[in-house]
Amino acid sequence: MVHSKIKNNKSNFMYNIVAYLSIILFSLFCLLPFWLMVAGAFTDETSIIQNGYQLFPKKFSIDAFGTIFAGNRVLGAYKITIAVTILGTCSAMLITSMMAYGLSLRTIKYRNQISFYVVFTMLFSGGLVPWYILITQYLKIQDTIWVLFVPYLINPWYMLLLKKFFSTIPESLIESAKIDGAKDFYIFIKIALPLSLPALATIGLFYSLFFWNDWWLGLLFINDRHLQPLQLLLRALVSNLSSEVQALNPNAKQGIIPPAYSVRMATSLVTIGPIVLFYPFVQKYFVKGLTVGAVKG
Amino acid sequence: MAKGLYELKQSKKIKPNNGLLYEIKKNKSIYTMILPGILFFLIFAYIPMVGVITAFKDYDIKKGIFGSNWNGFDNFKFFFSSGDALKITFNTFYLNLLFLIASTVISVALAIFLNGLTANGFKRISQSVMFLPYFVSWAIVGIITQGFFASDNGAINSFLRTLNVDPVSWNSSPGLWPSILVIFYIWKWCGYNLVIYLATITGFDMECYEAASIDGASKFQQIRYITIPLLMPTILVLALLQIGKIFYGDFGMFYSIIGDNGMLYATTDVIDTYVYRALRQMSDFGMASAIGLYQSVMCFVMVFGSNLLVRKYQSDGALF
Repeated sequence: MVHSKIKNNKSNFMYNIVAYLSIILFSLFCLLPFWLMVAGAFTDETSIIQNGYQLFPKKFSIDAFGTIFAGNRVLGAYKITIAVTILGTCSAMLITSMMAYGLSLRTIKYRNQISFYVVFTMLFSGGLVPWYILITQYLKIQDTIWVLFVPYLINPWYMLLLKKFFSTIPESLIESAKIDGAKDFYIFIKIALPLSLPALATIGLFYSLFFWNDWWLGLLFINDRHLQPLQLLLRALVSNLSSEVQALNPNAKQGIIPPAYSVRMATSLVTIGPIVLFYPFVQKYFVKGLTVGAVKG
Repeated sequence: MAKGLYELKQSKKIKPNNGLLYEIKKNKSIYTMILPGILFFLIFAYIPMVGVITAFKDYDIKKGIFGSNWNGFDNFKFFFSSGDALKITFNTFYLNLLFLIASTVISVALAIFLNGLTANGFKRISQSVMFLPYFVSWAIVGIITQGFFASDNGAINSFLRTLNVDPVSWNSSPGLWPSILVIFYIWKWCGYNLVIYLATITGFDMECYEAASIDGASKFQQIRYITIPLLMPTILVLALLQIGKIFYGDFGMFYSIIGDNGMLYATTDVIDTYVYRALRQMSDFGMASAIGLYQSVMCFVMVFGSNLLVRKYQSDGALF
């Protein structure tokens, strides 16, 4: 007995070492790319050209930030991303929650059929091409701000998750409001939405993250530089670095090498900045959304 | 008396009009609220489903989908005889399988380790750090990839140079990229999966563990004989849901990391990137659409099958 306890203490000590070590190593692995981003953004351009990117740069410089804020390209992309995130999240929340609320009501006879109508779109899709042809040749919304969020207005998973939340609202509450003469829309705004605020915040944050990070719609449908969101600008900086950097700062003197490689990192940094800034406050909502919904998708 | 009431009830149950129109009229405002959603799926999901006929047409932009000429299975024949079909199907399947295995093993291990620790501050901070990459877009991951793996000025090669080791020519070594993709997949998704597994483990009954430790089971034994068996249903459900998507390649990931580097296509080209190139670079709408349909059918079979299995293990985890 005593012998086994000593053995166990030893083995538990080993366990703690393994556990702490693997968590610390994996956390460092997660942070490493962020570190490279910061280090790269503040490295002098000639140092990158000579020695490559380094985790501990030898020569410090903030030229990259000077370049990206010299012209209005990055600021313009920022404005587009903010506009798309706000417009997209608000309209997506509106139509997602209206649909979810309607489908959560047991008094609606066709709610199961309509739910299946939504679920089927998750099982089968027509593929990229018909969707692309529809948007570019029939709806003709390419190169407008609408194309950056309208095709993604309802995420079926989020809709089903919200529906589940709404269905936990006691039926008697809705009944009694109805008896008092409240209209359906009024009940939705004044009772259903306030009762589901944490769930709405969670889904709203998932939508905002999605719209902030999306570049697929921009890649397919935006050719106009003035409508490029940040993520697409980043993509352009990867595929076509030197000419893109020149376009960032058209007033730069001829003959001076513009900081290109550090500009990439600096632009990434300002793109991810707001997310990192909000992260401590919103993390718990994402965790909640995952633990409630993600096992189901 | 009682009988009379019953009859009254029965007679009041005048057979209501059960028709569609009656139902809609009765709940007009609710159906109005659902309508935008119905229209959204009609336009962006169901109309494109009709558009799959493009796969059987010689698509001409001027004539539109319905005006273009039929060409039977020519688009499919062209794709399948090119030899690319097998390659991209295999790559999609194989890479997704690697992602699934690597990320499941690592995130389950991390969740178990994290759960066993007692320092709460450390737990909270490390979980936040590990979850953070989930919030980073693939476009940024593309830039980070360049930062580490660019042949000329990537951080790894510049580090190798300081050690006087020959730099690796990453950009022309297709054999290395499946591992790099797996590394970035793990980086982005393990924290996300960890959140789910950790929540599941925290929900386990502590009594099992107390009983086991009284009986002299070490922490490793508790993991082996209690945590892992209890966690198995969750692992299976998440894995099955992933397997359902195994023929769907994450375009954002592949296109950001690999981009248009044709030298790496042998090991990293997936169905989604191939369709994208067929559409945008070759403007071959017919063939792109045929591959898309092929992918949709494969995905449908996999999603359907995996959901049937999920329903066996955990009824509310399934889609339908």
